[in-house]
Amino acid sequence: MTDTTLPYSAHGDPHHLRGLVDDALGHEGPAPKRIVTGYGFWLFLLSDIVMFSCFFASYAVLLGQTAGGPSGAQLFDLRNVAAETALLLLSSFTCGLASISVDLRNARWYQAAMAATCVLGLGFLALEFREFSDLVARGAGPTRSAFLSAFFTLVGCHGLHVSVGILWLLTMMAQVYAKGFRADIRRRLLCFALFWHALDIIWVAIFSVVYLVGSAV
Amino acid sequence: MSEQQVREFLEQHGVAPGDEEEVRAGPRLLGYITGLGLSILLTATSFFVAGTDLVWQPSIPVALSVLAIAQMGVHLVFFLHITTGPDNTNNVMALAFGLLIVVLVVGGSLWIMAHLNQNMAPMDQIMQMQR
Repeated sequence: MTDTTLPYSAHGDPHHLRGLVDDALGHEGPAPKRIVTGYGFWLFLLSDIVMFSCFFASYAVLLGQTAGGPSGAQLFDLRNVAAETALLLLSSFTCGLASISVDLRNARWYQAAMAATCVLGLGFLALEFREFSDLVARGAGPTRSAFLSAFFTLVGCHGLHVSVGILWLLTMMAQVYAKGFRADIRRRLLCFALFWHALDIIWVAIFSVVYLVGSAV
Repeated sequence: MSEQQVREFLEQHGVAPGDEEEVRAGPRLLGYITGLGLSILLTATSFFVAGTDLVWQPSIPVALSVLAIAQMGVHLVFFLHITTGPDNTNNVMALAFGLLIVVLVVGGSLWIMAHLNQNMAPMDQIMQMQR
């Protein structure tokens, strides 16, 4: 009894699947767990992006409300921002290399790419922390003006996301080391890669709107 | 074919965003390198436009927004692998809805607040009227 018997009779189709497999080729059957997980995490990322859009809206509205304090053009160091951008962009690339090594089941390349991503992300956080402490030391902390409150909330929230991402990254390195490339671990890695790339997308909006437009106004 | 086999078949033939079931590394690596190259190009253009006097100054915010949106598109396609393929329909629909909300929130806030600034008396006058 083979499944090549057509048309579907009780004889050739003992489990009453009636072309379920053919439908799956047209992607109408139940979706595999990997697709469902990726979709669910994508929905979370979109809700995160909607949250960020609220912070972006408040920053754009409060851009001119400096309350007599320093404006963006006086505060922002664009060379520092360019360095942060380069670090985050390269970390996104090494994260992509890690995803490829997962599909090749190459643990050594995976750990190397994840370690590189971690180092680049930590470099980004160090630069951001230095910038923030420098601003606070110059008397331009989040309490100085509505403009600076919006700035610290938006950029700080992104920095918080990067910090959480690095914690997740280290967890995933440990999980692959301990458990190997199991199906559930691979789904978590898929979600982590989506998260890390989405952080880079938000950073693109931040360096364009917050720093470049903010220092031009 | 048992149900177990059907499940295995489905596991093998589904594709999720950011994770194509493809063992050949070459094309995927090329995709990430293309994305990185385009991103570097767009980022460098953004920083150049912001710092230069060659461009008409009032056009700079618009130019920066366009460059930023282009770069986000590059990231979505080359890094997050959001494509127009049949197994990506749900992801694209969710993205379209998310974009609608983002445009409403950001555009609506800017629009309303600009009108309020135009039509309302300056804050110090309001404070005097309340005395």
